[in-house]
Amino acid sequence: MAVAPEEVADAMYAMVKEYQGRKKFKAGDLTKAMIEKFGEAECDKKVCKAAIRALMDSGRCVYTYFGGSFIEIPHVEGAAEDAAKD
Amino acid sequence: MADPGDNATPLLDELEKGPWPSFVTEIKSMASENKMCKDLLGQLEKSYREKRGYWKHGGIVGVMGYGGGVIGRYSFLAEEYPNVAHFHTLRINQPSGWFYTSDAIRGLCDVWEKHGSGLTNMHGSTGDIVFLGTVTDELEPTFAELTEHGFDLGGSGSDMRTPSCCVGPARCEWACYDTLHLTNDLTQTFQDELHRPAFPYKFKFKMAGCPNDCVASIARSDMSIIGTWRDDIRIDQAEVKKYVDGGINIHKDIYANCPTRCISWDGETLTIDNANCVKCMHCINAMPKALRPGTDRGATILLGAKAPIVEGALLGSVLVPFIKIEPPYTELKDLVERIWDFWGEHGKNRERVGELIQRVGLGNFLEAIEVEPLPEMVAHPRENPYVFYEEYFEEGDEDEEEEEDE
Repeated sequence: MAVAPEEVADAMYAMVKEYQGRKKFKAGDLTKAMIEKFGEAECDKKVCKAAIRALMDSGRCVYTYFGGSFIEIPHVEGAAEDAAKD
Repeated sequence: MADPGDNATPLLDELEKGPWPSFVTEIKSMASENKMCKDLLGQLEKSYREKRGYWKHGGIVGVMGYGGGVIGRYSFLAEEYPNVAHFHTLRINQPSGWFYTSDAIRGLCDVWEKHGSGLTNMHGSTGDIVFLGTVTDELEPTFAELTEHGFDLGGSGSDMRTPSCCVGPARCEWACYDTLHLTNDLTQTFQDELHRPAFPYKFKFKMAGCPNDCVASIARSDMSIIGTWRDDIRIDQAEVKKYVDGGINIHKDIYANCPTRCISWDGETLTIDNANCVKCMHCINAMPKALRPGTDRGATILLGAKAPIVEGALLGSVLVPFIKIEPPYTELKDLVERIWDFWGEHGKNRERVGELIQRVGLGNFLEAIEVEPLPEMVAHPRENPYVFYEEYFEEGDEDEEEEEDE
């Protein structure tokens, strides 16, 4: 039986959290990592897509743009902090 | 020299001179009623004076669930110009062909004057309606009101950018397929790809109804879908004669400008060698009453164009010489998904499809997306080193070549 999107979302979230501040992941990076983790028979791109959507819709992760689009845990970024201070 | 005062913008004022419309004039017209516009003028004048930009670009801003449509922008000079400390841009998905009712435009303007600077760019280079300048807290309310007016955000970042098209059959008799319908269909089909960035970098579709390519899709979109025909150009000989009587010199004005010289004129009859016609549209544009595209219509699909950002500019190259473009567009969508799969798997961060093809080679790319190599993919004979026609080689050919070398 294929792994549930919620389980994949949890695994993605754990990965993003572990590397937060050190490495940014794109949706494709997370998808590849999950297929490797759960195996092709259990996890495919469709499940990963649903998992990413669940992460975004729940607010656990957000998209960021730094020369490309990445998936990160919500945080106040430097530019916003600077603007708030001023 | 007299002190110009805090509000003076002598350098920006220069941009109001001359016969052209001026964005400075437009910003000034809003400055009396919108503080953002006033500070925008101040920061911009300073940028011109000091010859440097003061915007920070990118970041986390967006609306819930979406990864595209909002471009974060913050000012380095927030203390000096607090009203533009945040100055985020929103991209709004434009209607196909940019057809609006007056009510729709009024609605858009009302939303933006309420929640942002009131400044718009109609339209951005990808085709979106661009709302210039708002603060983070106004993003969700703006989005909510936009959806009430029937609009949605467009693309930004590493996603499918808002598809756009020429006016197509709505206003143009040369349209070889319904660009408006295809654009809307692709937009609806690929909502996930539009709003949730999952690609190595951006991917743009542009739909042009005929080879005139009024949306410049061949240069400005990763996948360019250009209307064409595969039967003969229709000729009305009586109308040709009228053009000649009206002063057109067929040899000088038509034949000499035909890239393949496939037109001939004996003083009575215009003949076109359609097998050698490259569909440049010159003759049709020059004599629109006399010549018309054929009736067996579809499109040519080109792939790989891009502007210079990470690497140099590329024009699109032919991927599918002719395809019928009819709903539900299954063949086209399947092709697109195969391209995205391969690009998603093998593309590097910020690598466009055209750059990927150059890196891996057209032959490997075609094999991966299950498209047969065709002569139309080669711009000039012997120019393309990537396509290898295996069927021309038979078992033992290599041995024979080795023996000959010996």
